[in-house]
Amino acid sequence: MTNLEHVLTAAQHKEVIENNENVMICCGRMGPMCIPVYIAMDELKAEYPNIKFLDMEFDSPDAHVIRNAPECSRFMGLPFTMYYKNGKVAKATTSIQNKEQIKAILDQYLAS
Amino acid sequence: MNTNHFDVIVLGGGAAGLTAGIYLSRAKVSTLILNEGMVGGQMVLTYEIANYPGIEQTSGYMLSLTMKKQAETFGCVVKQNVIIKDVNLEGSVKKVVLSNNEEYTAKAVIIASGGSSRNLGIESEDTFKGRGISYCATCDGDFYTGRDIIVVGGGNSALEEAVSLTKYAKTVTIVHQFDHFQAFEHAVEAAKQNPKINFVMESTISGFYGQDQLDFVKIKNLKTNETTDRTIDGVFIFIGYMANSTKFQNKVHLNQRGEIPTDEKMATNIPGVFAAGDVREKQIRQIVTATSDGAIAAISAIEYIQNQ
Ligand SMILES: Cc1cc2nc3c(=O)[nH]c(=O)nc-3n(C[C@H](O)[C@H](O)[C@H](O)COP(=O)(O)OP(=O)(O)OC[C@H]3O[C@@H](n4cnc5c(N)ncnc54)[C@H](O)[C@@H]3O)c2cc1C
Repeated sequence: MTNLEHVLTAAQHKEVIENNENVMICCGRMGPMCIPVYIAMDELKAEYPNIKFLDMEFDSPDAHVIRNAPECSRFMGLPFTMYYKNGKVAKATTSIQNKEQIKAILDQYLAS
Repeated sequence: MNTNHFDVIVLGGGAAGLTAGIYLSRAKVSTLILNEGMVGGQMVLTYEIANYPGIEQTSGYMLSLTMKKQAETFGCVVKQNVIIKDVNLEGSVKKVVLSNNEEYTAKAVIIASGGSSRNLGIESEDTFKGRGISYCATCDGDFYTGRDIIVVGGGNSALEEAVSLTKYAKTVTIVHQFDHFQAFEHAVEAAKQNPKINFVMESTISGFYGQDQLDFVKIKNLKTNETTDRTIDGVFIFIGYMANSTKFQNKVHLNQRGEIPTDEKMATNIPGVFAAGDVREKQIRQIVTATSDGAIAAISAIEYIQNQ
């Protein structure tokens, strides 16, 4: 449904974060808190060519790799958004973020 | 040709702004829609729309995508996720400056900046967003299965969402500032009949506390000023909407609630400046009234340009 590349399996998730230096994955549903994040990510693709932008369906069984990540243990708002640097979680956020908030995180944690 | 000059600039790309874009562009009037946030506005917050004539049922997201596509098909330029830094609405050439210092000019402007959900204005509210504070029952309700939660508000959204949250939560406490509700009687009755729901009236939340997630809130009784602590797993806030008009303060006349008064043609007190949708002073705020406003504002703007 989104214009982003989709992460469908836990194996693909592992492969993506291990083989790309900078990765942002938004794990959500097609709801009002998630859609604005997908749209912002889609717009940011051109601005940040060194970052891979993907989504993952929150309710897919394999999304346990994000749902159960220690960084998300206190999260209670969709979407769960993960920022990976060299295969490790650099930052994780819960609930809606606007484009400016996402850009600030990308600049601080991934772009450098 | 100056590519940054348009006949009309529409500020806001919700139902009102997109409709204005459709009408203007179809009339071959060059139009730019500038939208802070993503196009669609409040429509995107609505999972299911069942009262927009001609469409039995759709999601707000799909409806807004269709409206955007319609506007673009007629040649309307739509820029979303921009930040408006300044507007100059006086004179025959109106100017809009973005945060990246891009400047756009037009002969007329339609303000269609809609409304946003009110928050409680407590500093710690943002800290606990997604960590115990939510604004969307459909999105986050299942995280609170078997938990104790509070719903803040007394309008239709608050009472309807409180009832829907009882599907998940062990208890739902409605905290409301007045001694009566603003919601329709049937919504109030449904909440009162629900054994999981209890009420704390004439009270508000005055603080959110916790480590990594919300642990407890302070509830202040507005009559006695007494404050009590209450351990809680989550708080859902539905305390209404307010006009997005702060950027137009001192630029166009606003009423006490920050809404823009207009005449029947959607004209404001400034020549060549029109307002449409929820940002306008009016009684009924729905998609169908926003689209109606957008169409009228567009036609009035065309008339204004032709008479210049
Ligand atoms: C949860 C919910 C459910 C609803 N359900 C229904 C329903 O079922 N049926 C129905 O008919 N109505 C419903 N409504 C009401 C309806 O969605 C609104 O009345 C209507 O969408 C308002 O449209 P608008 O274009 O005036 O404003 P908005 O939808 O608020 O759009 C305004 C846009 O302008 C942007 N903006 C803000 N400030 C600026 C600025 N300074 N410059 C540029 N852009 C700016 C905003 O980000 C937004 O994208 C619902 C509303 C909510 C919140």
